[in-house]
Amino acid sequence: MSHDDVLNPKQMPHDPEKATLEGKNKFLAFWFFLGGETVLFASLFGTYLALNRSTAGENTPENLFGLELVFIMTMLLLTSSLTSVYAMYHMKNHDFKKMQLWLGITVALGLAFLGFEIYEFVHYIHEYEFTFRSSAFGSAFYTLVGFHGGHVLFGLCWIVTLMIRNSKRGLNLYNAPKFYIASLYWHFIDVVWVFIFTVVYLMGKVG
Amino acid sequence: MRGWMGKLRAFFIFSALTLLLTGCGVDNLSALKPKGYGSDLLFDLMMISIAIMLFVFIIVMAIYTFVLIRYRQRKGQEDFIPKQTEGNKALEVIWTVIPIILLLVLAVPTVQATFDLADESTKGDEGVTTIEVTGNQYWWHFGYPDDEISTSQDLYIPTGERVYLDMKSSDVIHSFWVPSIAGKMDTNPGDNDNTMYLEAYEEGVYWGHCAELCGPSHSLMDFRVIAVSPEEYDQWKEDMQNVDPEATAEAQEGQDLYENNCMGCHAIGDGAAGQGPNMTNFANRTKIAGVIEPSKENLVDWIVNPEQFKPGNQMPANLVSEDEASQIADYLMELDHSDVGASASEAEVEEE
Amino acid sequence: MSTALAQNRGLGAMIWDYLTTVDHKKIAHLYLVAGGFFFLIGGLEAMLIRIQLMKPDNDFISAGLYNEMITMHGTTMIFLAAMPLIFALMNAVVPLQIGARDVAFPFLNSLGFWLFLFGGVILNVSWFTGGAPDAGWTNYAPLSTVSPGHGVDYYVMGLQISGAGTLIGGINFLVTIVNMRAPGMTYMRMPLFTWAVFVTSALILFAFPALTVGLFLMMFDRMFGSVFFDTAAGGNAIIWEHLFWIFGHPEVYILILPLFGAFSDIFSTFSKKRLFGYSAMVFATVLIGFLGFMVWAHHMFTVGMGPIANSIFAVATMAIAVPTGIKIFNWMFTMWGGNIRMTAAMLWSVAFIPSFTIGGMTGVMLAAAAADYQYHDTYFVVGHFHYVIVGGVVFGLFAALHYWWPKMFGKILNEKLGKLAFWPFFIGFHLTFFIQHFLGLMGMPRRYWVFLEGQGLEAGNLISTIGAFLMAIGTVIFLVNVVYTSVKAKKVSGDPWDGRTLEWSIPSPPPHYNFTQTPLVRGLDPLWVEKSEGKKGMTPAEPLGDIHMPNASILPFLISLGLFIAGFGFIYQVDNKAWLILVFLGMGLTLGSMLTRSLKDDLGHHIHKEELEKDLEKGAGE
Repeated sequence: MSHDDVLNPKQMPHDPEKATLEGKNKFLAFWFFLGGETVLFASLFGTYLALNRSTAGENTPENLFGLELVFIMTMLLLTSSLTSVYAMYHMKNHDFKKMQLWLGITVALGLAFLGFEIYEFVHYIHEYEFTFRSSAFGSAFYTLVGFHGGHVLFGLCWIVTLMIRNSKRGLNLYNAPKFYIASLYWHFIDVVWVFIFTVVYLMGKVG
Repeated sequence: MRGWMGKLRAFFIFSALTLLLTGCGVDNLSALKPKGYGSDLLFDLMMISIAIMLFVFIIVMAIYTFVLIRYRQRKGQEDFIPKQTEGNKALEVIWTVIPIILLLVLAVPTVQATFDLADESTKGDEGVTTIEVTGNQYWWHFGYPDDEISTSQDLYIPTGERVYLDMKSSDVIHSFWVPSIAGKMDTNPGDNDNTMYLEAYEEGVYWGHCAELCGPSHSLMDFRVIAVSPEEYDQWKEDMQNVDPEATAEAQEGQDLYENNCMGCHAIGDGAAGQGPNMTNFANRTKIAGVIEPSKENLVDWIVNPEQFKPGNQMPANLVSEDEASQIADYLMELDHSDVGASASEAEVEEE
Repeated sequence: MSTALAQNRGLGAMIWDYLTTVDHKKIAHLYLVAGGFFFLIGGLEAMLIRIQLMKPDNDFISAGLYNEMITMHGTTMIFLAAMPLIFALMNAVVPLQIGARDVAFPFLNSLGFWLFLFGGVILNVSWFTGGAPDAGWTNYAPLSTVSPGHGVDYYVMGLQISGAGTLIGGINFLVTIVNMRAPGMTYMRMPLFTWAVFVTSALILFAFPALTVGLFLMMFDRMFGSVFFDTAAGGNAIIWEHLFWIFGHPEVYILILPLFGAFSDIFSTFSKKRLFGYSAMVFATVLIGFLGFMVWAHHMFTVGMGPIANSIFAVATMAIAVPTGIKIFNWMFTMWGGNIRMTAAMLWSVAFIPSFTIGGMTGVMLAAAAADYQYHDTYFVVGHFHYVIVGGVVFGLFAALHYWWPKMFGKILNEKLGKLAFWPFFIGFHLTFFIQHFLGLMGMPRRYWVFLEGQGLEAGNLISTIGAFLMAIGTVIFLVNVVYTSVKAKKVSGDPWDGRTLEWSIPSPPPHYNFTQTPLVRGLDPLWVEKSEGKKGMTPAEPLGDIHMPNASILPFLISLGLFIAGFGFIYQVDNKAWLILVFLGMGLTLGSMLTRSLKDDLGHHIHKEELEKDLEKGAGE
């Protein structure tokens, strides 16, 4: 396949993300990568579960967490996962503009989520004096949730970069896999959050 | 000097080789000369596993030697193309099933021994001793809470009965190991307390090591387990419960110096594990600081500059002058609270 | 590596070529040189350890330095010597064995190497900046969290960076093997080495993130005041042990499996027989990889997990002996009825079987949980894992290097010198480590700076030290051989061993596009299949046409350099926040380079048919 075929395909195939060998490789590698990420988060969850009762006489999960805020955050992130599905749906139909639009909405939702998370952390630090250093529970909480937040931030930067870079030239066989794996990454972040919501917040509140 | 050292070394090598050939190592240190319940049990388990493994090894080597001799390329055979065998299902089954059976044979006593050594059924019963063991950089604290006794470095236990150890650490992870009586167990900081038990068959002084890297002087964190008869053990307890820290007239100044300089870390008599080892019955310790030959000269050197003996240890150097150290040493050598087990420790020193 | 090439284009051009290369064969050279260099450093550290333990109460090196020495010896040998040397083999061989022109992600391949190298350099810089890490290669908390100075910080940063490189490499080879196989190369026709690399890569993928997390927690505790391992604030030091061994146990299979694969290829080639029980061998490899994740806690029998956990992990560990036994027997029956050529590569392989069997047997002994209360953290364990790692991995590396050297460099390592290096190494190895089992049982814990007189340990330690010197002699002879071969030896054909697999169907060293035409694979041992039908080479699966190749890039080097710089910033910001400047500079370089990679299209280039035809004519003329 010549370079021109990749950058300006005469006819877009149905699965543009997997039309080239490079695309196929990226697709598969990213699934493997997410496997590794799963182990990473599993290790963090394990650490959290080992330490979430080690509060050293300071704040406990029960007195800290407010489920209302976390519920809103969960809704934001779940919705953003859905909007990224729409974006990929339009990619498969070769509708670049609509894809960009839905990706834009995804980014906005992600930003809102991140904003709430930062608010939550600031709230804990100022209202409760609950920090990274106050107890083993504090260290484990901020590390687990913070790692997730870092992933969200990275995902946002990634999607925005892709949107800007390709805004003028539209969809082709070179950038389709890039969009696709970015959306895979976004789903993964969403799934991890569901676990954080359950394990950290719900179980923390219920005890 | 050099020649003499050489001869000595040759002698050591010779004697050690002799020991090696009998396959054992030194009495009261080697896991291959079990002197207690735990090490005895583990020795048997070791022998079972070695027997099974040797059986497998001999079979493998027999086939291997045959293959290498029989099928090595001979002159003029360079172009010979052997039959390209794919494999053999029956053989595969054989060398899958037989090892599984052999491993099951080993797994059963392994699980039994593991549960046996974790047994705590008699702990806390009337008349059963439980000792608190605390690892510290680089010394061991031994507390007998039921009897209100505290000591360090030399652990006294009665022979012929099970003694439980409650184990923890005050700083980093250490591991308590007396090869000739039992296996080892880590002492962890925080809430990860461990329990094991010792049961010595014979009276004697048994060498203990720290077996988990704990800093520069990890290799110098030795201790002794002194097993005495139950009667002597009762005597020792009584002696240790009636400790008199008062010095004689000659060592009075030493006592004053001790109280001013050392007492903050080194208690005498019962008390919680302090910053430094408890000094009760110091005069009867098998070693100074676990590794140094007990003599006044060595003790003074140790007090003045412990760093040269045990790098990285917590005791400050030059806290007192050499003269003062000498007086403190006089006092410490008087802390002769119980002579139970002392004969055994002398015997060990002579043996070396 | 060719000196003629360097003279033609100048040294600068050659260095630039290696800095920017994405060619898997050149990256293999880089891994080989870097790994070899660290192997020598680790070996030097080992010699100093053995000199210190030559006699009782020795004061050749101080207690603190000794702990740094053992820590760096272990860390260097595992992460900076064995791993990259294995990656050298993977890079040199796997794409050729599956009939591919490169790996799936040549750019990431280069990134993986540079991350490893800069991580390794960070770790070793610690020697010159106030002390190396000293808490053992296992780096147990809280000894590591309270370790004074910056040694452990170097450990954390060095391993974090090089670990990221390894993880990238693992994913790369997984995708390469799944997606890049030539037509007809089904999974059950892949050479055992490729299979082993496949399983190893999966192990890397699932094991390394646990280490990543452990290192992050350690970094946060030491540099940013968190309290994961600080029991005073509710932390728990045992978490580090679990995370470390969840990584650490699969790591030993990561090390040994690729060499199991190499041995399989070597036994088969030098017995002129196909591998006995191929599918059983594949099955055993996969099973070992799988079980490798179930047994990590057998390193922690004395931690106090209780008899139930100890028993479960004991039995699971014993189970690994079964697939390993299957392998040993299948290797022996591969040789059975064969036509065994005792080349240097074969000599190392033949020596491997008894050595590794002993290591496996002591492994089963160690698996007996209760008995481990005696073995644990003694020289018995030291003896055991050196039998496995030296007797398995190092013997394997020597065997594989002898075997694939002609493919990598076009010349056969001198056979006489090869055998001359083998004997002192082999004898020295057994002298050094066999006696250590007894030292452990006689009451010598591992990591002991001194042992005392009169404990019956003198003779054993002296013998062990003598053995270590013999191993050093063997290594030096091997190095001499490398130099001698590159100066004196003649070029060989593409197939000097009468090989069976695809890599021997192309010239040595291969052209940078490997296969002029992708071959058609018609069975296990594809080249052998063609040879046995009287053909000279592979049947092509495609007509001669343009070949698409990736572009070289300096970005992987820059990304890694950025992390290297940031690493120092992280380490020293504890002392003075001004050092954070380095963090920003370094991360800026890294993220900037990544952004460049993302924004700039890189579609690679094509090698045209005419050039390929020219190359073919030249090849025929030689």
